[in-house]
Amino acid sequence: MSITRLTEGSYVTRQAVTKHLNVLAEAGLVRDYWQGRERVWELRTEQLEKARSVLDTISAQWDSALQRLRAMVEE
Amino acid sequence: MTDRIEKQILLRAPRSRVWRAIFDKTEFGAWFGVKFPAGTFAAGEKVSGNITHPGYEHFVMDIELISVTPERQLSYRWHPYAVDPNVDYSSEPTTLVTFTLEDAADGTLLTIVESGFDQIPLHRRAEAMRMNDRGWTEQTTNIKRHVTASR
Repeated sequence: MSITRLTEGSYVTRQAVTKHLNVLAEAGLVRDYWQGRERVWELRTEQLEKARSVLDTISAQWDSALQRLRAMVEE
Repeated sequence: MTDRIEKQILLRAPRSRVWRAIFDKTEFGAWFGVKFPAGTFAAGEKVSGNITHPGYEHFVMDIELISVTPERQLSYRWHPYAVDPNVDYSSEPTTLVTFTLEDAADGTLLTIVESGFDQIPLHRRAEAMRMNDRGWTEQTTNIKRHVTASR
């Protein structure tokens, strides 16, 4: 999406939106590229999915550890 | 909701028994899968030990004890993705793990919260994911074997 589209119907300035987008880009959540003379932004959903799946893995590790804890204290 | 993991489990054992399994370094290590030096945890101390899961033995787990409230709560900070022996993680953000014990009708209610994941750089998480993937299947089989054997 272009900055024009992103600021449509909002009171936030283009500069403010660009600033936010740059922060998100640093975090790896969005990226930009040039389409002709326009800078276009897109969401990097794969990064969010990655973060989500790492959390799922750690969550599964806790589940396994807790089953071992249960076996230990309930015996 | 990517910042925290919360687990709650009802254990059919007295609070003192569950506390020992968390507070005693050897007992903690037995179910968590790490070999810590013998003794009990004290607030403020740093403890490190080798992971005992097959295929992970060269990984060192470093934790820093934040609080120890007998039979109630224990918390520590650590680097959840510190899996690459060639990287110095000391300046990176940590997550906080808190164990809370409460009496329940027929045992002890244990709540575990691990928070602070949003502070960890995404590239680090992705890296850990790749390394985790490799050993994960193996580890799951291993756990199944252990749990079945101890029944």
